[in-house]
Amino acid sequence: MSLSPEQVRQVAQLARLQLAPEQTEHYARQLSNILEMVDALSRVDTEGVAPMAHPLDMVQRLRPDVVSETDQRAAMQSIAPKVADGVYLVPRVIE
Amino acid sequence: MHTLSISELAEGLRARRFSSRELTQHYLDRIAAHDRALNSYVTITAEQALLQADAADAALAADNAGPLTGIPLAQKDIFCTQGVRTTCGSKMLATFVAPYNATLVDKLQAAAPQGAGMVMLGKANMDEFAMGSSNETSFYGPVKNPWDLERVPGGSSGGSVAAVAAGLAPVATATDTGGSIRQPASLTNLTGIKPTYGRVSRYGMIAFASSLDQAGVVARSAADAAYVLQAMSGFDPRDSTSVDRPVDDYVGALNSPIKGLKIGLPKEYFAEGLDAGSRGLIEAAIKQFESLGASVQEISLPSSPLSVPTYYVVAPAEASSNLARFDGVRYGHRAEGAKTLEELYKRSRGEGFGAEVQRRIMIGTYVLSHGYYDAYYLKAQKVRRLIYEDFKRAFEKVDLVLGPTATGAAFKLGSKTDNPVEMYLNDIYTIAANLAGIPAMSLPCGFVDGLPVGMQLMGNFFDEARMLNVAHQYQQATDFHKQFPQGFK
Repeated sequence: MSLSPEQVRQVAQLARLQLAPEQTEHYARQLSNILEMVDALSRVDTEGVAPMAHPLDMVQRLRPDVVSETDQRAAMQSIAPKVADGVYLVPRVIE
Repeated sequence: MHTLSISELAEGLRARRFSSRELTQHYLDRIAAHDRALNSYVTITAEQALLQADAADAALAADNAGPLTGIPLAQKDIFCTQGVRTTCGSKMLATFVAPYNATLVDKLQAAAPQGAGMVMLGKANMDEFAMGSSNETSFYGPVKNPWDLERVPGGSSGGSVAAVAAGLAPVATATDTGGSIRQPASLTNLTGIKPTYGRVSRYGMIAFASSLDQAGVVARSAADAAYVLQAMSGFDPRDSTSVDRPVDDYVGALNSPIKGLKIGLPKEYFAEGLDAGSRGLIEAAIKQFESLGASVQEISLPSSPLSVPTYYVVAPAEASSNLARFDGVRYGHRAEGAKTLEELYKRSRGEGFGAEVQRRIMIGTYVLSHGYYDAYYLKAQKVRRLIYEDFKRAFEKVDLVLGPTATGAAFKLGSKTDNPVEMYLNDIYTIAANLAGIPAMSLPCGFVDGLPVGMQLMGNFFDEARMLNVAHQYQQATDFHKQFPQGFK
C-alpha cells in the first residue's frame, strides 16, 4: 500500500494538520514505507480470532452519580491562550 | 554520594551523615557541571527541590519519614507537575503548566505518609510525546549517551536514563509504550522496569497510546527500582484502567532464592537481527542464571515477528485520537493570526507538532479512516490477540521469558533519523510486552566495545516481585550494573 502526495493532503486535512507544500512528497514516501511494513498483517490468518482492544479483561467501573469535583474553571482557563469573561476565544464561527 | 544505592542513601539520611538538602545540592551541582554535555533535563527545579529537601529533613528529624523521604529523583517530562511546566518534549506544550499533579507525582513527592517524600530535581528530556527510540525527536534537542557522547541514549525516556546513568539523579521515572523504558535502560547500563498494564496510575501522564502506555522506573539496580516501583504502584480511582489489587512486596521479595526458576528462551528472539556481541553476553547471562539454580528451555513466540507491524497500527491509531485534544484553544501552542477556526486548528497543530508526531497522527488517521478500518485497525487488534496468546501459552511452561532488549548497543546520533521504519525496528523485542500488557524489564549484562548491553526479562501479569527478585539475584552475582561511565565519576 502506498500513499500519493494527494492522499497525504487528504489525511492531513482529516487530522487538521497544516503541512507545508514541500513536505507532502517527503511524507508520502515515509508513510508509504510504514504502510508497506504494516502490510505484513494482511498475510496473517485471523479467521475466528476476536479483536483485542485492551490487555486486561476489565469492565468499566461505575461510581455514584454525585458531584465529586469542585469548580476549577479559573484554574483551567489560566493556562488557555485566549479567554475572556470565562469563555475560550476562537476566530468568529457564525457571521 | 552519587554512586550510593537508594538504600544506602536512605541509611545515610537516617544516620545524619548527610541531610537531604546536602544530597539535593550535590545533585544540583552535578547537573550544573555535566548536563550541558548531556541535555538530560528540560527544566531544573532547583529552588523547589531545596524547599522539598528542607521539608524532608524536618520529617526525618521528627521521625515522620518513609524509606524514600529526602531522596532526589528526576521526573520524565510527561508527568504533569502543578506549578512546573510539563513539555512532553514538544513545542506544543512549551509553556504548559499543568493545573494538577499526576497521581504518580503525588505518590512519590507528597510528604509521608500520604506520599514517599522524594525531592524532584527537574523534568527529564524525552522524545516528543514519547514517540521515538533515540531521544532525537525532542523539541528541546537530542540527549547524549553518557557512555559515548556521539551516541543516542535510546528513547523515548532518553533524559531519564542519561540523568541516572551519569549520576545526575539517583533514580528517575519513565514511561513505556513500546519499549521506552527498557531500550534506553539497555543502552545506558541501567535497570528499567515497565510493570503490568494498569499497575501504575496513568492519571496526569500525557497520553500517547492509552491501551499500551505504562509508567515505570529507571534505576542503577533492581533493588533501587523495587523501592521506587513500590511507592508509585497502586490503585487510582482517577484512572479508569487502574487495577484494584494490592501491590506485592517488591522489596521484601528481593532476597528470595531463585532455585527451581524456569526460564524460557524464545527462539524468535535469538534469530538473525541480533548483534553477535549482544548475543554472546546474553548467552553468558543465561549460564549465570543456571548456576544460580534456574533451568532454561527453548520456547516459541511464533507471532513475535508481527509485533512491530501490529504496534504501528494500534499505537498511531490511539495517538491520533489522543492528540486531537491539542487544538490551540484550551491550552498549548496557538498559531497567530488565524482567520477561521479550522485554520486555527490546522496551523496550531502544524506548527506545534514535530515531524515524527505528525507522521504518527497521519498513519493513525489513515488506518482509522472509512474503508481502511477493517483492513488495518481491526486486523491489528486480532493479531494483537495472537501475540497475547503466545505469552499465555509460554507462561504455562515457564516462569519468566528471557531475551535481548535491543538489537545491539547504542547507535550514533543521526544515523537512523532519515528512515522511520529502521528506527521502529529498534523496538522489535520490546513491543510485544506492551501489546500483551505483561510486565517486562531490562538489566545490564555486559559491554561490547565499551558500550553497555541489556537483557530483557518478561513476566506473567503482576509478576513484578519475582522479576525484580531474579534481577536482584543476578546483580548479587555480577557487577555490570555497578560500572559508571568515564567522565561522570
